[in-house]
Amino acid sequence: MKYKSVFDIIGPIMIGPSSSHTAGAARIGRVARSLFGRQPKWAHIFFYGSFAQTYKGHGTDVAIVGGLLDFDTFDERIKSSLQIAKQEGLAVTFYEEEAVPNHPNTAKIHIGDENGELELVGISIGGGKIEITELNGFELKLSGHHPALLIMHNDRYGTIASVANVLAKYAINIGHMEVSRKEKGKEALMTIEVDQSIDDAIVKELEQLPHIIQVTKIVD
Amino acid sequence: MFRNVAELVELAESQQIKIAEVMIRQEIEVTGKSREEIFAQMDKNLQVMEQAVMRGLAGVSSHSGLTGGDAVLLQNYIRQGRFLSGETILDAVSKAVATNEVNAAMGIICATPTAGSAGVVPGTLFAVTEKLQPTREQMVEFLFTAGAFGFVVANNASISGAAGGCQAEVGSATGMAAAALVEMAGGTPSQAAEAMAIALKNMLGLVCDPVAGLVEVPCVKRNAMGAANAMVAADMALAGIKSRIPCDEVIEAMYRIGETMPTALKETAQGGLAATPTGRALAAKIFGVSQT
Repeated sequence: MKYKSVFDIIGPIMIGPSSSHTAGAARIGRVARSLFGRQPKWAHIFFYGSFAQTYKGHGTDVAIVGGLLDFDTFDERIKSSLQIAKQEGLAVTFYEEEAVPNHPNTAKIHIGDENGELELVGISIGGGKIEITELNGFELKLSGHHPALLIMHNDRYGTIASVANVLAKYAINIGHMEVSRKEKGKEALMTIEVDQSIDDAIVKELEQLPHIIQVTKIVD
Repeated sequence: MFRNVAELVELAESQQIKIAEVMIRQEIEVTGKSREEIFAQMDKNLQVMEQAVMRGLAGVSSHSGLTGGDAVLLQNYIRQGRFLSGETILDAVSKAVATNEVNAAMGIICATPTAGSAGVVPGTLFAVTEKLQPTREQMVEFLFTAGAFGFVVANNASISGAAGGCQAEVGSATGMAAAALVEMAGGTPSQAAEAMAIALKNMLGLVCDPVAGLVEVPCVKRNAMGAANAMVAADMALAGIKSRIPCDEVIEAMYRIGETMPTALKETAQGGLAATPTGRALAAKIFGVSQT
């Protein structure tokens, strides 16, 4: 079931005018920001399907940029996010794509600064609810309903077990887990949804494990 | 966890509890949050709805100038007392319009189930309070009841205009409101389901064709009519009228209609009212260029 909580239906509290095109877009932007871990210096934002056709009317552009600035769906600063981005040195470019996506409300966000880049594809499935379908070229499924860990690592034996051991030590139960890699022995990604909230200390401990490149925590 | 309306009604009737209570218990189970916490969160949504209605009734205008001020016109008209339909219905309509006018003006609203359809549920709720005199708790419960029906639609069909057309947004909201009205008025869980079925049946096929891609025309007035439809459907169900097609099958039909609806009529601003000469002219005027 895609929707698990009554507050997916009654809610979110948000700045109008569209839950999918404004609130959902803000959430996609905010996940990108949270995964990147800091405010980026530049952002290329690609709109597909209905997003491409109507983003101006729905404020999808200001909402995604608001998300990149770490604004929540009900933050009135969303309305002036383009000016705020300019003031804070975040250069934004929008692209209307012709390609037909699997979901009508699809956005691709490519952000970065001098220290790194991140590319993410998100879909807004209705009522403000989103799914992140791709991260740095890896396909993934994040319900956004449970705390989640995204762990970039090198594809070596024992890495998954060492991560699971740390989680077990802190009595954290894994509800859903996916592992994907681009090529044998190269960069890989673990997507782990858990039932308990994850302390920053646990993230630090995970980061120190061998073969781990980056650990990002996403909280519902 | 209930997967459809039949299971929802069965859970409520076998335990002799309200649909709102079924929803609250499930929420406790799924999220692990306490009843108080969940109730407080819904109460906050109710506050936002109340403030949006108040703000809209005081008069707002959107950035494009396409919408705003109609809630005020209706309230003035009701005060003159020479209306044709009925005071409660018109009050619901004006409060639904108020909410969506605030939404169009990029004000703060609570998506119910979406922003474009945010007016129907609060519009009907705040209209019947005078007649039914609910407690604050019952008003919060109204939202849980509406949420329970919306939950089924969202999981079995869609609440996204881009995926299912306006029937998925205002249609869903209308069904949710009709069901919640029945429960608040003292109807049974099955009567609530009948109201949802009757209301949604009359929203089937409704396309999403926003002029200039804005959530304004025809969205604000679709919420108005959704509120009126919900009120009448609730009265019909309370009168004992049943839908020949069960609620779950109506939802299934809505999903299939959405799947076969052309993309031009699903929130792309390429068909329907958006593609009329006036719709195109408004888009050109607002954005300074003509949209294709």
